[in-house]
Amino acid sequence: MSVLINKDTKVICQGFTGGQGTFHSEQAIAYGTKMVGGVTPGKGGTTHLGLPVFNTVKDAVEATGADASVIYVPAPFCKDSILEAANAGIKLIVAITEGIPTLDMLECKVKCDELGVVLIGPNCPGVITPGECKIGIMPAQIHQPGKVGIVSRSGTLTYEAVKQTTDQGFGQSTCVGIGGDPIPGSSFIDILKLFQEDPKTEAIVMIGEIGGTAEEEAAAYIKANVTKPVVSYIAGVTAPPGKRMGHAGAIISGGQGTADEKFAALEDAGVKTVRSLADIGSALKEVTGW
Amino acid sequence: MNLHEYQGKKLFAEYGLPVSTGYAVDTPEEAVEACKKIGGNMWVVKAQVHAGGRGKAGGVKLIKSADEAGEFAKQWLGKNLVTFQTDANGQPVSKILVENCTDISNELYLGAVLDRATRRVVFMASTEGGVDIETVAEETPEKILKAIIDPLVGAQPYQARELAFKLGLNPEQIKQFTKIFLGLAKLFTDKDLALLEINPLVVTDEGNLHCLDAKLVIDGNALYRHKDLQEMRDPSQEDEREADAAKWELNYVALDGNIGCMVNGAGLAMGTMDIVNIHGGQPANFLDVGGGATKERVAEAFKIILSDENVKAVLVNIFGGIVRCDMIAEGIIGAVEQVGVKVPVVVRLEGNNAELGSKKLAESGLNIIAATSLTDAAQQVVKAAEGK
Repeated sequence: MSVLINKDTKVICQGFTGGQGTFHSEQAIAYGTKMVGGVTPGKGGTTHLGLPVFNTVKDAVEATGADASVIYVPAPFCKDSILEAANAGIKLIVAITEGIPTLDMLECKVKCDELGVVLIGPNCPGVITPGECKIGIMPAQIHQPGKVGIVSRSGTLTYEAVKQTTDQGFGQSTCVGIGGDPIPGSSFIDILKLFQEDPKTEAIVMIGEIGGTAEEEAAAYIKANVTKPVVSYIAGVTAPPGKRMGHAGAIISGGQGTADEKFAALEDAGVKTVRSLADIGSALKEVTGW
Repeated sequence: MNLHEYQGKKLFAEYGLPVSTGYAVDTPEEAVEACKKIGGNMWVVKAQVHAGGRGKAGGVKLIKSADEAGEFAKQWLGKNLVTFQTDANGQPVSKILVENCTDISNELYLGAVLDRATRRVVFMASTEGGVDIETVAEETPEKILKAIIDPLVGAQPYQARELAFKLGLNPEQIKQFTKIFLGLAKLFTDKDLALLEINPLVVTDEGNLHCLDAKLVIDGNALYRHKDLQEMRDPSQEDEREADAAKWELNYVALDGNIGCMVNGAGLAMGTMDIVNIHGGQPANFLDVGGGATKERVAEAFKIILSDENVKAVLVNIFGGIVRCDMIAEGIIGAVEQVGVKVPVVVRLEGNNAELGSKKLAESGLNIIAATSLTDAAQQVVKAAEGK
């Protein structure tokens, strides 16, 4: 068991023949992900990386029975790609692309919700169930099949947490990067719910950062619904207010979204928090008794 | 990206919203001329900076002669205005906006924001205009009225009426308010705004609604599709180093400390600042070299970090996922050779080709401290910055 994806997930890639799409599809295939094809308008009927290329997502779904799509197309075209996938019957869309206009995402989110499509990202590393399926840009070699579910707004912070859980010998059930944008397709709560229900996930690591109130909302959800141990780290205690810290969503504005508030909300919900990101692995050991 | 008040009002005018007749000027002579063009015997002069709180800081003045406009312009143009929203240096005054004077009988607030919690554009209105709205929201949240816009059908007139009745407006004002509300909603989506504020939206002595101020923030991710807005960018309002970094697709934010940080990934860059802080150091900056960092960009990142004279030591923290650590190492070596680095550099490489990267650094003959872990790196760089 795992969440969102497993060894049977059939994946297509939108932006398949581009630089990013090619590089990361090669990596995914090498990892054992069941890649079944890709979409590049105008290149339908050709073959790329030994897989069929289609003109439309609809064609790809009909021919391959794909249930997930990973999107590497440039930001100006991303809304179109997401809506195309959602309307073609794809059930899980993972948007890696950074820089999508927020109003575009707002519309995509409404449409995906309406169609019952799970959207992960944008501006995220993707999703991986170690040993089974890798959708995204995360480095494969640091992962190990195991029992910790990881959900994070940041790519490289996810890798740090992954490495620590691997070094401790715990491994990961599934790792989900929900992305650093102000309006993500899936929230912490969406993923926490999946981890709570997944028998293979025995503990959860949640990595947040400054900006917005998603961590506070997650804390309330954990308090009411999550029985598994949760370890959490929030980045940006030293970030000044009013400044965008790289991610479009990482900004303290109007006094809202500080790391201290988020730590306090999580601690109130019984979550084990760590102030140093180097302590994630040892904190897990402490709360689980592993 | 922030807009100036005069730019925001230009957009308001294009969308049929009531704004004052005004001219944005660059010289005292133009300020005097603007008063004459506008006519009348009372004007308002307003310093144009990307910050609120201008009135209290002396950046807004009611004047009764054209000469006073010239004096105001002479006083402020080329100077920095310090408000409670700026840092201690303030923001340079780009232009002076000269407007005709509006009689005020009542001050309201009207704003819209891309609300992250509801994932909607949310309008906010209040009878408490002309003051700091964040204070109102905190102390008397019941005084903030809200209307949530459905992204599929857009803003509707009934939503404006609901707000207007609660604001206590009369029938004629309700009509005007509805027009302003719908105009703003269209402007918000047409121009990809992230935030919009009219504070205050005034009721004049004649009982008409009038937009006295304009604060607009554009979604930076959407700028590519707005040539007109790109031209409104005012580099003088931005931190020079941050703008310089942006040219190389580097995310840089200057801070007050003395430990320079170069990290890949925004989250890890923040996490690195925090861990430096935990071990008793003060970060000098946030810097994300990005996932697809090239050798050239790493070199530029080094130059930007070292252009801050406060920097006493540099911490390079790279988790090589996509980015290869040996390439980062080459970038560091290249930059050190180009710029000449006189401060200690602590490097922590992890992930993709980390060993090869460390080997390259060791063989370079440079004064580089190799850290064995993240915690070790933070401790080493704090020590190095203290000169130990």
